[in-house]
Amino acid sequence: MAKGGSPPDGELVQLLTPEGERIESVTGSDGTVYRADFTDDEYRGLYRDLVIVRKLDAEATALQRQGELGIWASLLGQEAAQVGSGRALRTQDMAFPTYREHGVLYCRGIDPIMPLGLFRGVDQGGWDPNEFKFNMYTIVIGAQTLHATGYAMGVTMDGKTGTDDGEAVIAYFGDGATSQGDVNEAFIWAGVFNAPLVFFCQNNQYAISEPLERQTRIPLYRRAAGFGFPGIRVDGNDVLASYAVTRAALDHARLGQGPTLIEAYTYRMGAHTTSDDPTRYRIASEVEAWQAKDPILRVRAFLEKQQIADAAFFTEVDEQAKREAVHLRERVLEMPDPQPTTIFDNVYAHGSPLVDKQRAGFNEYQASFEGSAH
Amino acid sequence: MAEKLTLGKALNTGLRRALERDPKVIIMGEDVGKLGGVFRITDGLQKDFGDDRVIDTPLAESGIIGTAIGLAIRGYRPICEIQFDGFVYPAYDQIVSQVAKMHYRSQGKVRLPIVIRIPFGGGIGAVEHHSESPEAYFAHTAGLKVVACSNPEDAYFMIQQAVESDDPIVFLEPKRRYWEKGDVDLDLDPASAHPLHASRTVRPGNDVTVLAYGPMVRTALDAAAAAEEDGRSLEVIDLRSLSPLDLGPAYESVRRTGRCVVVHEAPSNVGLGAELAARITEECFYSLESPVLRVTGFDTPYPAARVEEEYLPDLDRVLDAVDRSFGW
Ligand SMILES: Cc1ncc(C[n+]2csc(CCOP(=O)(O)OP(=O)(O)O)c2C)c(N)n1
Ligand SMILES: [Mg+2]
Repeated sequence: MAKGGSPPDGELVQLLTPEGERIESVTGSDGTVYRADFTDDEYRGLYRDLVIVRKLDAEATALQRQGELGIWASLLGQEAAQVGSGRALRTQDMAFPTYREHGVLYCRGIDPIMPLGLFRGVDQGGWDPNEFKFNMYTIVIGAQTLHATGYAMGVTMDGKTGTDDGEAVIAYFGDGATSQGDVNEAFIWAGVFNAPLVFFCQNNQYAISEPLERQTRIPLYRRAAGFGFPGIRVDGNDVLASYAVTRAALDHARLGQGPTLIEAYTYRMGAHTTSDDPTRYRIASEVEAWQAKDPILRVRAFLEKQQIADAAFFTEVDEQAKREAVHLRERVLEMPDPQPTTIFDNVYAHGSPLVDKQRAGFNEYQASFEGSAH
Repeated sequence: MAEKLTLGKALNTGLRRALERDPKVIIMGEDVGKLGGVFRITDGLQKDFGDDRVIDTPLAESGIIGTAIGLAIRGYRPICEIQFDGFVYPAYDQIVSQVAKMHYRSQGKVRLPIVIRIPFGGGIGAVEHHSESPEAYFAHTAGLKVVACSNPEDAYFMIQQAVESDDPIVFLEPKRRYWEKGDVDLDLDPASAHPLHASRTVRPGNDVTVLAYGPMVRTALDAAAAAEEDGRSLEVIDLRSLSPLDLGPAYESVRRTGRCVVVHEAPSNVGLGAELAARITEECFYSLESPVLRVTGFDTPYPAARVEEEYLPDLDRVLDAVDRSFGW
């Protein structure tokens, strides 16, 4: 194991190199020591998560290509940032995702089918955020960071911070999102109200076609200083460091010590969504360079070198991933189309005369076609 | 020389002409540069005009419109692209509180020749926030002008006329029609083309007047063709300008037909159809054989893609309204 050390300003917190070398610990500029002391079982578990999350994502991409999903936002390349931060959450913690946090969702123990209705177009991605401690996906860039801030303010008002078993909140967003007014307002509010919140920015270097330089002149994590709370940059392709940094920030928050901005430095290996064509705006060699920093290969190299896992384990994980992907596919294909009259449901808590009238008119109109050639 | 262009290519060509004509014209928006916009409406323009005239902006709609105001005060003519209808709202404050009011409060000293392009409407199987029809929010605001093109030729001329306008224009593009083709006379001077704020009768008829704009013009024309087979003659008017409205041809038409059906994708409640119905009733009261009927989206949020066909007005719903106008 390599010696510990502090990252010079601007560098990443890294606990596992791309070659699979462990770094024992890293001390942040504020003295926080980041370390990941996992049991062998836990190391294997993280590997399993990474492989399954990637496989499910690939399956969803395939489903879109076959016309079974309308669109898919792939997390390819960002598995470590999502599994690391997702596993760092404690049961009582609350997460506010964008539209790409399928890996976090998986780590929360949620059935991966849950967001697929949104992408298939059979529903609006609706679920009960409180039941799953996982908010609905948010497509409007940045909006959820304010929701997370308000939720975190509520945690404080409820007196649920200040102890080891307190609650913390995590807000996910992208590098592009940092330009939105909403996100900057969230930084201000979270700071002013000392909200128990972790801002988790996955800097995947792109907002659709626009590279990071279109959004910022300084490293994103350094923005936190101006808002009055700590900011830290972590190797987002390193699941151990992503875990350690997120765990520390969440615990900081749950103890009532306020927000942290984490910039998980990573790369979007695929297209923005299945509708996008990245060859129009970035070169293959850039993607290849990031290939060498793959989040899964380094864990595998580490497990092999340390003899924590053998060939049988890797085969077994691949098989489990395949099974889960097949299971997901089968259930997507079975997702029924919604009944048209559901259009009129849930506009208001207690109905509405106008909508009720339109529903009745719609039903009558539909019935008028019955038995006709239409 | 007339050329067959898609509506998207017609807009692209119109934008190119606008950039060529006036060095003060600039384009700004998310992904409008190398990518050419998610719908490729600005394809190739950054390459040919440079990245100081076709600007990839930070991901902030309020910033896009707010800085466009400053640029306009400085003498530029910004064309802002909002990526999708549902993402215009972060800019709503800048549009409604600032863009719309500056000419008024500066007593005419500040003109804001800003064009705000918005792909709008549904029908492309998208996820939420990508299929909305926000025109009423803008048409309701004094100081803004709102137009919607429906075909390639109009797209080509209207975008150039909008850039020439001394008033701010919300320019709505029927995204589901981007790929539809039509003849465009590329030699005609935009100043001689059909005026930006004039409606146009796109199909003459005698029995019912159908008012539509943007994506619903095609739907109305299809309905008119189907109605003809049933022996009914629909007159279809493409409003083109939603604010100001040009209803002279509509009044003349309704006085002849006695019946009027308004079609839009946006919900009916307090929508453009309500304004149209009120004005036609005021002007044509004694000619009307039935109330003005509206065929619109329902008063619900835009639904999931798999049921959007049921939500959107279609040929059958237009014909159903036509039938009802006869049953009064
Ligand atoms: C308010 C708003 N504007 C524009 C969009 C269109 N859009 C969807 S994703 C995206 C880029 C987001 O980039 P980033 O925040 O870096 O997240 P990433 O997709 O890279 O994960 C844009 C512009 C949107 N969804 N919401
Ligand atoms: Mg990004």
